[in-house]
Amino acid sequence: MSVILSEAEAKALLQKVIKLSKADECEANLLGEIRGNIRYARNEVSTSGSLINKNLVVQSAFGKKVGVATIDEFDDASLEKVVRRAEELARLAPENPEYMGVLEPQQYGKSNGFFESTAKITPEVRAEAVAKSLALSGQNQLTSAGFLENRAGFSAMMNSKGLFAYYPSTGVNFSLTVRTDDGKGSGYVIRGYNDFSRLDTEAASRIAVQKARGSVGAKALEPGKYTVILEPTAAAVLLESLYYDMDARGADEGRSSFSKPGGKTRLGEKIVDERVNIYSDPAHPELPAAPWAGDGQPQKRVSWIEKGVVKNLAYSRYWAQQKGVKPLPYPGNMIMEGGTASLEEMIKNTKKGILVTKLWYIRPVDPQTLLMTGLTRDGTFYIEDGKIKHPIKNFRFNESPIIMLNNLETLGKSERVVSTESDQSYMVPPMKIREFTFSSLSDAV
Amino acid sequence: MKRRDFIQWSGMGVGAILGSSIPVIGRAVTPEELLEPAADRALKKRLADVALNAARAKGATYSDVRIGRYLQQFLFTREKNVQNITNAESYGVGIRVIVNGTWGFAATSDVTPDGIARCAETAVAIAKANSRIQTEPVNLAPQKGVGEVVWNTPIQKNAFQVPVQEKIDLLLNVNSQAMQNGAAFVTSNLFQVNEQKYFASTDGSYIDQDIHRIWPTFTVTVIDKAAGKFKTRDALSSPMGMGYEYMDGLASEKIPGPNGLVGYRNSYDMVEDAILAAKQSKEKVTAKSVEAGKYDLVLDPNHLGLTIHESVGHPTELDRVLGYEANYAGTSFATLDKWRSKSFNYGSPLVNIVADKTQPHTLGCVGYDDEGVPCKQWDIIKNGILVNYQATRDQVGILGEKESHGCCYADDWSSVQFQRMPNVSLLPGKEKLNVNDMIKGVEKGIYIIGRGSYSIDQQRYNFQFGGQLFYEIKNGQIAGMLDDVAYQSNTQEFWNSCAQICDKDDYRTFGSFFDGKGQPSQVSAVSHGSSTTRFNGVNVINTGRKI
Repeated sequence: MSVILSEAEAKALLQKVIKLSKADECEANLLGEIRGNIRYARNEVSTSGSLINKNLVVQSAFGKKVGVATIDEFDDASLEKVVRRAEELARLAPENPEYMGVLEPQQYGKSNGFFESTAKITPEVRAEAVAKSLALSGQNQLTSAGFLENRAGFSAMMNSKGLFAYYPSTGVNFSLTVRTDDGKGSGYVIRGYNDFSRLDTEAASRIAVQKARGSVGAKALEPGKYTVILEPTAAAVLLESLYYDMDARGADEGRSSFSKPGGKTRLGEKIVDERVNIYSDPAHPELPAAPWAGDGQPQKRVSWIEKGVVKNLAYSRYWAQQKGVKPLPYPGNMIMEGGTASLEEMIKNTKKGILVTKLWYIRPVDPQTLLMTGLTRDGTFYIEDGKIKHPIKNFRFNESPIIMLNNLETLGKSERVVSTESDQSYMVPPMKIREFTFSSLSDAV
Repeated sequence: MKRRDFIQWSGMGVGAILGSSIPVIGRAVTPEELLEPAADRALKKRLADVALNAARAKGATYSDVRIGRYLQQFLFTREKNVQNITNAESYGVGIRVIVNGTWGFAATSDVTPDGIARCAETAVAIAKANSRIQTEPVNLAPQKGVGEVVWNTPIQKNAFQVPVQEKIDLLLNVNSQAMQNGAAFVTSNLFQVNEQKYFASTDGSYIDQDIHRIWPTFTVTVIDKAAGKFKTRDALSSPMGMGYEYMDGLASEKIPGPNGLVGYRNSYDMVEDAILAAKQSKEKVTAKSVEAGKYDLVLDPNHLGLTIHESVGHPTELDRVLGYEANYAGTSFATLDKWRSKSFNYGSPLVNIVADKTQPHTLGCVGYDDEGVPCKQWDIIKNGILVNYQATRDQVGILGEKESHGCCYADDWSSVQFQRMPNVSLLPGKEKLNVNDMIKGVEKGIYIIGRGSYSIDQQRYNFQFGGQLFYEIKNGQIAGMLDDVAYQSNTQEFWNSCAQICDKDDYRTFGSFFDGKGQPSQVSAVSHGSSTTRFNGVNVINTGRKI
């Protein structure tokens, strides 16, 4: 049996599973994926691997008693076994007062996240892509360490009320760190696409090489508040912490940055600069995502922050019922709209500032204000009179994305980037921010 | 668990995102299935020989095989509710070979002679393919075969044999006690892991190990709705290489501290800690915001463990030093030239840090590592000087040593083993000293307890750490609770400011259950022991902001 099932094959298999159920309600989730990777360091391939994942998750419910079982074999006996086990576990389980029952059938929009170019990647194709990158560093006193990983797969779900959902997708991520052999310079690049034909490892590698060379001879600046230009790779990891916090329950319970004194939330309030617009849309052509959430709810275009105002927070079905509002699933992607300026133009229009290309080891310091800490890494530069003057030593920062988006100066063009903290892709513009807080210097290169 | 998952889990409040971010390896099973005995040892030996013979026949000069059964039971509760109970089993075989001086690895869940033979052939084929672009052959340190041996974590009570209901009752009681003492919200969890690993290699080793780990933890949240403020306090437990006996809460394993604080050694009183947590969280709401500046820090073992992990554990991993992790976790400031100089002052002369995979009750304690090397203890920092690293068989030769340190580990049968951190611990002070006497000697300081926010650069120079509880010390006395505290330092500067270490009676271990490393990321569990330690003149910042 193939790993990546067609919609019809997935539907037929799931129907078989649901038919076996003797519980009050049953929901089945099916996943099939093929992953491959190649890793290199010290200019040599270090490890490589591939993984086939196929998995059927069955959730059975008797009233509010819920049991979940999984299996990776799909013959009739195995299907019967996994359904019976889920039912057995449901009978043993304590009642879950937050169980909401399965959904009626839903309507889903279209989203194209599956590309043959990615699905047909072989180990040879991976090696070839990496060889192009290695060719640039092998010479020139540079040392490369990189990782290329591709995935092709599908997910599907069905429940005992007849809901059915199916979504095939592919993805490839490539990241590379190039260091000068004397250890004085380091550059980085990361790229992620659904369509492998968009990935040019050679062009990407040139960026890391350029940053590695350009960061040699860094000078120390005093820590303090600076105007910064965050490249999208740097901005993404800070925005991500804001996105993670956009849950209504935490805000209502008084324990998130979206909570307000007096037990209210910031929903409907302007919290950041009015040029900030953030939305999710599964049909976004650059950043496609599944048109349905894990529990079967449709994912639609949703505005989260519009002109700086919090328009929506995610409501689980349970919390929505408690609050008497419509449920809103946590989104599958996030798009921050940008402006029209290119990064070059943004640098050109900066009198004094710092170009930050990557941030590293981001950790929350205070969940109340979303204060985060972390460091710059792999290329940080001083800008003066519209030009990059020289590389600077890395800084530790202590900053909140909410404060940062209030101190917005300019937005550049939004582009697809991969978060170096979570591997998730986002649409993020480069952004110029005033009074960004650097609290100490780091000797790390 | 991937590191990023742990970030979310530890930092974002356990309640909201637990279901999606805790790594569950394997298929769901019933609690009864977790108690089924491991496969017969003679059968595993026969299957292992199939792998070794198949690899040899196809041209491998070395091979090892791991037949692994990995069991997990995770329990998640919130206030009065059980949110989730996960029982999972993962069973399969991982085979590693050297052909033409190059590593190859393959894994399969088809644990039959045919499945294993095919898997060995795949590993050989991968090694051959990769050997075409290999320039430096693998140099494997010799390891004499140990024959047929058995090693088990010395547990008193197998956690998997304790009825699930008893564990749920405990967690719900923890929640209820915290709520009665002022908590608005509380989540409590119990993680239990059992690795049943059979290792065999062409060196002539057949090693059967049964490894147990346990981690009870909670987060208590107190809310001041009118002021729009909330404060949390996490459990001061430690993940341990123990059975359910860790939950006994033995009075003999409690170390009394100032201000009613309790340190837990090899036995944990979860209910008592939850009550304290609720009371302390309330105090945190009105605690004084710290004035930034230089302070002498008195660091509790439950806090210092993470500082040791980040600033000594990771930088002395030899693979990082060599550049193998450059694209993700980073490299290290503790370069080979510093080690070769035999005079690199990592810390003050008081600082003695050992790597140890034999210390009882710790997460890193096993009989043999995942390449058949018997476990041992060795020095990393001796009287303040960097003297060694953590290495595997294929890297220890770089240090001029002939025997591996035994630091090889894979988090599952399907993952390839690589260098992972052993327990790395600070030895206690030789002079008689307890925490109360240490505090008496501090004029202007902060006493920090528990693991908080942590961040360090990719070469491990600059770090910033928070904590769970902060107490101001004024003229030798605790003057009250502080808030908004984090300290920043440089690793070498920090360890050279180490001024005093409590004696062995204060010694406890801290642990990390889901330490992430590698691409694709793997987790491992590791402990860090220490006694309460004083560091002079450390830079403290105020982290309070307004939005």
